[in-house]
Amino acid sequence: MRRSNGVLFMKNIDLRLRVNGQAKEWSIAPGDLLLDVLRREGYFGVKRGCEKGECGACTVLVNGKAINSCLMFAAQAEGSDVLTIEGLAQGDVLHPLQEAFLDLGAVQCGFCTGGMILSAKALLDRNPDPTVEEVREVMAGNYCRCTGYEKPVEAVLAAAVVARAFVPAASTVVSTFGASPHNSQAGHHSANPRSAPKSKKTDDKKRSSVLLGGQR
Amino acid sequence: MAGGLDSFDWLKDRIKRPKVLVDLSGVAELRGIRTTDGGIEIGALTTLTEIVKHPVIREHYGLLAEAAELIASPQIRNQGTIGGNVSQDTRCWYYRSGWPCYRAGGNICYADTPTGRNREHAILHAERCVAVNPSDSAPALIALDAKFVIQTSKGERIVDAEDYFIGPDIDITRLHILKPGDLLTAIRIPSTWAGARFYFEKVRDRNVWDFPLMNVASAMHVSGDTIEGIRLAVNGAAARPLRLKAVEDAVRGKTATPATGEMAGKLAVQGAVPLQFNAYKIPLMRNLVKRAIGGVEEAKWTS
Repeated sequence: MRRSNGVLFMKNIDLRLRVNGQAKEWSIAPGDLLLDVLRREGYFGVKRGCEKGECGACTVLVNGKAINSCLMFAAQAEGSDVLTIEGLAQGDVLHPLQEAFLDLGAVQCGFCTGGMILSAKALLDRNPDPTVEEVREVMAGNYCRCTGYEKPVEAVLAAAVVARAFVPAASTVVSTFGASPHNSQAGHHSANPRSAPKSKKTDDKKRSSVLLGGQR
Repeated sequence: MAGGLDSFDWLKDRIKRPKVLVDLSGVAELRGIRTTDGGIEIGALTTLTEIVKHPVIREHYGLLAEAAELIASPQIRNQGTIGGNVSQDTRCWYYRSGWPCYRAGGNICYADTPTGRNREHAILHAERCVAVNPSDSAPALIALDAKFVIQTSKGERIVDAEDYFIGPDIDITRLHILKPGDLLTAIRIPSTWAGARFYFEKVRDRNVWDFPLMNVASAMHVSGDTIEGIRLAVNGAAARPLRLKAVEDAVRGKTATPATGEMAGKLAVQGAVPLQFNAYKIPLMRNLVKRAIGGVEEAKWTS
């Protein structure tokens, strides 16, 4: 039997859930962590950091809520809607948050970036016009050890402006619970990313791999 | 296991190796906030985020919302439960690292030695073990006179919040009264203190994520400037969150001023015994109690 992370050795069980809008059915050990299962299935944007709930690098959204996937059994995600950083871009069109992180240089090594963007997305989904304090508060669970926090906070505020400009106001107040992540309210836009305020620099090369903090 | 924030720590470090682990997260009956005749009832599996956001709690029991909002990080509040927060184990690193100390069934306390690292440890009621309770919600619940509903094999048992927690004098291996097979199912908050004057302050090294070095929670009924009723609790000072009954008695009928707070603070730390590295906790506790009663004189430090 597959090693089950040393926690439990039991018969495998079937896990049915939706990841980034796609229905999945995986065979998992009851003791598998959501983090381990997601990475095993190729979602390498979910980073293994401290594995203790301190750093937030493994943050994913489960039913719209940011959680540390290292502190959750995969089995507990049965039937839920999981969003990883891979699910934000639609084809070549990046999410406003991703655009803003790139434009404002809020990414250095990228290890924490996926978690940061997902924490920010959870905030923008329920509050499209957050204050600086609200952004800081919601990102408090994501540690960065190289860029710092000023630029990510700026990027989230910039993304909020962009997202609000391209989404009808009426739909921005609805909670995302149960909604497909692809239709979420922060929304995707096809506008020129340079229309984002405070745009300083852009790096058009290999955007997607930068955003995932490398492939592994 | 409830939210698992405390349990995963033990399991991942391979210090606790249970044969069976029961995940309660699917038990819907243990989740949710209900308003009742005499107040509210919070299911033990209700997440801290749900408590922070609940309109009734915010409006009438803001003390608990404030305490819950200061716990750990947003992710942890989304996963962590109120039952877990009050039932979590101590953070003493000797104990958490699996050292065979008193609390782990051994016969020594590694923190209470001349070279022990004990900056975060107890100043009151230590007996052999000097670990402290790390919960932020516990003192708020004590100040609100909450009742804890426990399901035992013999039936339901309801205890006052302050009686849920125990020190090493009663059982050195546990921070609460739950015995194997017992389950904390709900926390009931009476409306007695709804809308009272609340004060909560948490002191920690970092502005987010950290456990408290110490915290204070108070609920006061004030008429004019006179304290008619008060419930006051601190945590991070002893192995159990302490309800400061002597202080409550001493300030009842007095004015809610810094002078009364000063007197209360001095009374609160009577009998405190510092360890090598935690003497700072005595003035800290004195000042927290003073602020809880007399208000904050100077601007609170913010980031």
